[in-house]
Amino acid sequence: MNQGKILLVEDNPDDVALTVRAFKSHNITNEVIVAEDGVQALEYLFGTEDGPAPKELPSIVLLDLKLPKVNGMEVLQRIRADDRTRFLPVVILTSSNEERDLIDGYKLGANSYVRKPVDFVEFTQAAKQLGLYWLLLNQAPPASQRP
Amino acid sequence: MSFRDWPIRRKLTAMLLLISGLVLLLTSAAFVAYQYWSFRQSARNSLSVRGRIIAANSTASLAFANDADAREILSALRADPHVVAAALYDKDGRLFAAYPADLTNVALPAAPGPDGYRFERGLLIGFQPVAEAASQRLGTLYVASDLEALYDTFRLSGVIGLAVIAVSLLAAYVLSSFLQGTISQPILMLAETAAAVSSRRDYSVRAPQLSGGELGVLTDTLNHMLGRIEEQDRALRESKEELRRYATELEQRVAERTRELEKSNEVLQRNAADLLAANRELDAFAYSVSHDLRAPLRSIDGFSQVLLEDYAGQLDEAGRDSLHRVRAASQRMATLIDDLLKLARISRVEMRTELVDLSGMARDIAVELQGTTPERQVEIAVAPGLEARGDRRLLQVAVENLLRNSWKYTAKQPQPRIEFGSVQVNGDRAFMVRDNGAGFDMKYADKLFGVFQRLHSEAEFEGTGVGLATVRRIITRHGGGIWAEGAVGQGATFYFTL
Repeated sequence: MNQGKILLVEDNPDDVALTVRAFKSHNITNEVIVAEDGVQALEYLFGTEDGPAPKELPSIVLLDLKLPKVNGMEVLQRIRADDRTRFLPVVILTSSNEERDLIDGYKLGANSYVRKPVDFVEFTQAAKQLGLYWLLLNQAPPASQRP
Repeated sequence: MSFRDWPIRRKLTAMLLLISGLVLLLTSAAFVAYQYWSFRQSARNSLSVRGRIIAANSTASLAFANDADAREILSALRADPHVVAAALYDKDGRLFAAYPADLTNVALPAAPGPDGYRFERGLLIGFQPVAEAASQRLGTLYVASDLEALYDTFRLSGVIGLAVIAVSLLAAYVLSSFLQGTISQPILMLAETAAAVSSRRDYSVRAPQLSGGELGVLTDTLNHMLGRIEEQDRALRESKEELRRYATELEQRVAERTRELEKSNEVLQRNAADLLAANRELDAFAYSVSHDLRAPLRSIDGFSQVLLEDYAGQLDEAGRDSLHRVRAASQRMATLIDDLLKLARISRVEMRTELVDLSGMARDIAVELQGTTPERQVEIAVAPGLEARGDRRLLQVAVENLLRNSWKYTAKQPQPRIEFGSVQVNGDRAFMVRDNGAGFDMKYADKLFGVFQRLHSEAEFEGTGVGLATVRRIITRHGGGIWAEGAVGQGATFYFTL
């Protein structure tokens, strides 16, 4: 799955820029799809009236929690509720390390929970590790049957 | 009803009557008996006298066998109507003359009996020897008298006796009826008093003092007892009254208190609701802080780094230095925010009280600390068996903060030593963490536990100044206190109670 897409659900443009840069600096060249809020993320995954969802699911969803319109937890819930996306790897990538968020995240079926460090150097390390793990090491679930 | 159950008056009267009756009876009987006996005697004597007289008068007739004379002499006996028969027998015992003349022989004994006067077959008979001189017996005089006179007198005396008895008994009855009163009256009064007291429960009644002696003593005693009972009864009533008053007062007070309690309960409930609301607000606040404040910091740090990386060539030393400082500052701010959040969390978390093994906890923390800086050899002495009741997680944070502090501030010591134990302070048990590290100036002791307050610069020892504030908040939540002693360069000791 080396060429799988990364769905980055993040409302902060700075964070988006930094994340993309972090991936680049570690030679992770996979396409990064950015959704700026929960609605966009869901539209991308499930499609709209205007355009259907892309055939291929992303390899990994990096999900921020605090999003406008529809927040991260709800997105996660919807992802896990749909048969097609039930096993889609979702990594919660957020500033919060509130216990409540941890519990809720895992309860709703997130695969992993990573706290975004302020230190950019650490941040790029984390990005690299995430990328390497989820894109290379981890075996993605098989694509589900679709008509 | 047996004698024992008779009323006392009847008893006394009966007794008196019985005694007087008995006495009368005995006296009368004796008297009558005596009368009877003496009467018989006198009757006998009189008959004897008469007999002798007749006998003396009859000597001539017997001597001369003059039965006509004899008959005449004998007939003189008719003066006494009670003489029923008389007869003269000659010395051979043959009937010579008889009186009354027409008496059949059957009534007269055929032959004279032995001499003497005696009572035989309802008659007083006598055989009187007729003799002229002492030696010559001429014959025997037989004389028989009926006992009518005797019986008459006897009857008379008997009647009189009975009459006397009757009258005496009556008099005795009357008298005894009066006299028994002196005994029975006081007793009856006593009995009445006792009955009145017990039936009406009126303890003010007293028995009148009617006589002296034992009854008087009894009356007195009873009256005393009644007096005491009355007193006690009154005292009892009074204390019952008091009790009733207390009870009412108590009820009133209880009602008041209940009202007060209800009011303060309401206030408490409102306060609790307010607190709950405030807590929730705090929750939301902390949550947003942890997200919103850190994001810009990330940007600051991130893009500073970008600058450093991408434009390293175009930056001189000063420029690079500036960016480094920018990065350091934003990272420090992140740490501060995290520490603040931790501190805030301490107040929010619900405490679960249990028995916590502080010795074990300290040892585990010590091992962890040693693991983080394996190059340092720190001597850690943990006193065994230290236990306390409190929230395990919070106590863990507190002990960890204290030990970490000690660890940090002994970094420059050649032979660092940290102790964790307990001491007695003013009779209470206090826990103690002591180190021989940098210590502090006691002048600034009150600043130790302030938020973000530090007594050393960041260059000397890193830290945000929140650790001790956190510990104090934890200790306060457990209802305890914390204080510290130290000297510059000689180490510090932190004491806390729970």
